[in-house]
Amino acid sequence: MNPDSVFNTLDISHYIYLSSVLFCIGLFGVLTRRNAIVLLMCIELMLNAVNLLFVAFSSYMGDSAGQLFVFFIMVVAAAEAAVGLAIIVMIYRNTRSTDVGLFDKLKG
Amino acid sequence: MGMLFIILLSPLIGFLFSGIIGKYLPEKITGWISSLSIFVSFIFSLQVFLDLTPNVAEPAGGPAFEAIGFTFLSVGDVFVDFAIQADRLTSLMMLVITGIGFLIHLYSISYMHGDNGFYKFFAYLNLFVFNMLVLVMGSNFLMLFFGWEGVGLCSYLLIGFWYRNAEYGKAARKAFIMNRIGDLGLLVGLFLVISTCKSLNYSDVFAAAKSGSLSTEMVTAICISFFIGAMGKSAQIPLYTWLPDAMAGPTPVSALIHAATMVTAGVYLVVRCNILFEMAPAAQQLILWIGLSTSILAALIGLKQNDIKKVLAYSTVSQLGLMFIALGVGAYSAAMFHLITHAFFKALLFLGSGSVIHGMGGEQDIRKMGGLKSYMPVTYYTFLIGTLAISGMPLFSGFFSKDEILATVFTQQPVVWFLAVVSALITGVYMFRVFLVTFMGGFRGTETQKHHLHESPALITVPLIILAILSLVGGLLNLPELFTHDHAQWLKHWLSPVLGNSQDALHHPSHSTEWMLMGIAVSVFIAAFLYTRSKYISHASVPEEDAEMTGAAKWSAHKFYVDELYDKVFVRSTERLGSTMDKADSGIFAGLMGWVSSGISFMSELFSKIQNGRIQYYLLYMVIGVILMLVINIFK
Repeated sequence: MNPDSVFNTLDISHYIYLSSVLFCIGLFGVLTRRNAIVLLMCIELMLNAVNLLFVAFSSYMGDSAGQLFVFFIMVVAAAEAAVGLAIIVMIYRNTRSTDVGLFDKLKG
Repeated sequence: MGMLFIILLSPLIGFLFSGIIGKYLPEKITGWISSLSIFVSFIFSLQVFLDLTPNVAEPAGGPAFEAIGFTFLSVGDVFVDFAIQADRLTSLMMLVITGIGFLIHLYSISYMHGDNGFYKFFAYLNLFVFNMLVLVMGSNFLMLFFGWEGVGLCSYLLIGFWYRNAEYGKAARKAFIMNRIGDLGLLVGLFLVISTCKSLNYSDVFAAAKSGSLSTEMVTAICISFFIGAMGKSAQIPLYTWLPDAMAGPTPVSALIHAATMVTAGVYLVVRCNILFEMAPAAQQLILWIGLSTSILAALIGLKQNDIKKVLAYSTVSQLGLMFIALGVGAYSAAMFHLITHAFFKALLFLGSGSVIHGMGGEQDIRKMGGLKSYMPVTYYTFLIGTLAISGMPLFSGFFSKDEILATVFTQQPVVWFLAVVSALITGVYMFRVFLVTFMGGFRGTETQKHHLHESPALITVPLIILAILSLVGGLLNLPELFTHDHAQWLKHWLSPVLGNSQDALHHPSHSTEWMLMGIAVSVFIAAFLYTRSKYISHASVPEEDAEMTGAAKWSAHKFYVDELYDKVFVRSTERLGSTMDKADSGIFAGLMGWVSSGISFMSELFSKIQNGRIQYYLLYMVIGVILMLVINIFK
């Protein structure tokens, strides 16, 4: 069976539900977790939820531009993760903690 | 022309010199250099005057010499230059200002000797001369206004020269504020001129007036606005009360600014704008009646004043009123004639009174003087000449100038003539009163004062003598036709290019009428003299104390309570308005503002709680915002 056809058997609404759920899980994690690394992972989750939606719609509409965007997002997400982790490492070295609750030093 | 700029700048340089380094120099050097700067102006003014003399073929109204400095103002299509000119009218004013100014500078070197503010005094005096020259030499209305304000400032500074005395400071403020009221009128006039003529140059404005492009109503409005300005500067009803108070300044200031020059600026303004005023008979009528009532009122007040300078101050107001009477009937050359002779004899009288005050050690009350004739002979004789000149002794300068005005008025308005003669009679009475009480009889001051009494030094007496000679022969400027045919009315002919045809149109009385008028003037003079003589010499009476006065005398001594009236009507009501406004301000507006500001600070505290520095809260707000936007979009 052609792999394409497997995905095409599923209705577009399933993809939307799945990515919405993934996005909300990621958002919930971002808003509630205090560990900066977990935060970063949750952001990745949100990004991937969006990626999934992009691909699903790309296939549904028969337009490959959406898949092209996904690659860009992955590249940017990789770079973002690298920078973000580096910042967290630096913060950890200074404060011995990755708790975002402590990062309020710029408050006026 | 460079000469004009030298005339103008010399006093300015003198001002800068005295003001900046005069403090560190000996008095004599500061005083003499200041005087010299005025003398330079005087010499060049004389040169300008002589240059103008053969220039008979001068085009009517056009300035003889003109110099443009730079563009003063450029707004839209209105350009105003810093331009000065010297025509025949200006050159006369320049000679009076710099000539008398120089004499008074010399006088001040001695009079102000030992004063802490010596250098300051000369700096102000020089600045005054500069501004006065700008006023008369400017070739557009803006320059005139510039000088007008400048002399007002100097007048303020010099009235309040002894500022440690609070009363003097108040007098200075009074002068300044009353002048501002008049200046507003002048300013309104200038705006009207700009809006109608699109130019402030004398030549443009007068050309526009001549061409008939201005409506009579507009010209009348402009003239009345100008006259309001003149009322303030030249102390006419209702803005005259500042001038007597201005006597708080040192006496040379009273002589120069408040008698000879600045207060005549209003007369100059009207003469300068004679073309406009000729087109506005209503404004002329106003001038005539205001001048007449000022002349009589001030003379009546002068009758019962006992401060020697106050008498002279009211006399100045009265004589200015006489000049405005002349302007009201269109006798511009007669007004200028009286302006010049008045400058001579009133400066003389003020300087004489200064000499008396100097000799008396600061005493100004004539009741405490008396018998000064034997102690101060030069002052006595010069003061006598001044008194005779102002009272209209035949052949003295004041006789001719007054006669000229009265004769012209007689042909036009006999009623006004009669009232003006009454005013002249009162003038004679109060002047002889002051003179006789001060110089005749026995000395009534203290022993210390008597011991101290002395004739003033040469620097004071020489200007007195020069001014006395001028007061004596000043009448030669404009002898009536009765006396000589060849040189008659020199001043009138001299001014004819500036005054145009308006002077020829004046109807002159026949010779017999003129003789009769002169006879009346002489008998008025003699009556005033005999009355005063019998009262103060034969009966040797001294003016009564203030408490003893009754009826009309009391009213006169209290200046008809005009100051009190102004105080009640204007000052008190302004103060009441101010305190009401203050209450409204602190109650309603300050309260309202307080509410607004405390509301804002409350709200800001509320919102600052949101900014707690935690990134996850910020994200939450963002998410809430996005959700709200979605919800709004869905249910829209």
